[in-house]
Amino acid sequence: MSLMSYVVLAAVLFAVGTTTVLVRRNAIIAFMGIELMLNATNLALVTFARMHGNLSGQVLAFFVMVVAAAEVVVGLAIIVAIFRARRSVSVDDVNLLKDVRDPA
Amino acid sequence: MSGVLTALTDAGQMDTGEAILFWVLAPLIVIASLGLVFARKAVYAAVSVISVMIMLAALYVAQEAPFLGMVQVVVYTGAVMMLFLFVLMLVGVDAGDSLVETVKGQRIIGVLGGLGVLAVLSGVVGTAVYSQPSGLAAVEEAVTNPVGLAYVIFGQHAFALEVVGALLITAALGALVLTHRERLIAKLDQRTRLDARMRALAGGGTVTPLPAPGVYARHNAMDVPALDPEGRPIESSVNRVLKVRGQEADADEYAARVDRVLAGGWADAPEVTEAPAAPEVDAAPEADGAATDEPGDGPSSAAPETGADR
Repeated sequence: MSLMSYVVLAAVLFAVGTTTVLVRRNAIIAFMGIELMLNATNLALVTFARMHGNLSGQVLAFFVMVVAAAEVVVGLAIIVAIFRARRSVSVDDVNLLKDVRDPA
Repeated sequence: MSGVLTALTDAGQMDTGEAILFWVLAPLIVIASLGLVFARKAVYAAVSVISVMIMLAALYVAQEAPFLGMVQVVVYTGAVMMLFLFVLMLVGVDAGDSLVETVKGQRIIGVLGGLGVLAVLSGVVGTAVYSQPSGLAAVEEAVTNPVGLAYVIFGQHAFALEVVGALLITAALGALVLTHRERLIAKLDQRTRLDARMRALAGGGTVTPLPAPGVYARHNAMDVPALDPEGRPIESSVNRVLKVRGQEADADEYAARVDRVLAGGWADAPEVTEAPAAPEVDAAPEADGAATDEPGDGPSSAAPETGADR
């Protein structure tokens, strides 16, 4: 049994995260799907670090975590700002830039 | 603990213990992550993501990355997901998805896209050639995992670490700016509130809070107005909601009772007032049982008793 199974698990988790982002319309849940994708990447990075005997993979996973924390802070602030303005967290309701004229 | 860890990770190969750990955790992780797709409420999705992250931390520890495992628990589960839960509470925990599809067939397309990503990834993972796993024992021969990571981070990636620090500060400032709300009116401080109340006093308002209903009165109920020291009912002591609903007790009736008692009669019925010539005011409540006590009587009668006790 090789370390392949970890990489397969990471691929499955990444696909589930992608599906969440594509399917769910609640902005917070879609955001959690992005977090799941980042976690899957981290799992793959940790596995590769072990596979190659090199700590750089773990360092990269560490930086991914830091960037994910910063991204969550800004993203949730944007969601809260949109919620205050439009009283909704659905990504379908944010359509101010949409061209709603009749296609004449 | 460390003995178990080295046993699990000897020479970078997955041995029996780690295989059991993986095959117990991996299905649980996949099931919990599917909760993200299928959970109807956002809170359930958040809880399932939290469980995914904790189980991933266990896998990190098994994969010779105990530092990342701890950071995973502290940063992701402790900070990031708690932030998610706070925002969920801020926007309302029952904010579910709308079932109306703006784009027709979006769910089907989304699921197909996810399956496509899975196909591409599994193709890459399946066709890649992997060398014999070497494990991290060679690079961590003299140091522990956090120390080895520190050598790499502060040695080769010191500049990246500083840039990341700047990024974190910028993100914090960005969150402050994004959630900042401009004041439409000036903030009321204590001095302005006080001045406004004193101006209202000149126009007939009150400085103190309104008296509570029922106090100094016959009843202890919310609908009965309080009596002032002269025995007059204070109309403003009854909650205006009761007045709007018409549930207020009749203030005039209580005023009339007080008037009758002050005039030297019984409080209750007018025909009873004619029978005794001059009944004692103090005796009226005991005899009647329902009469209004004379205002000011309680404190004045209580004072001598306490004095006698001393």
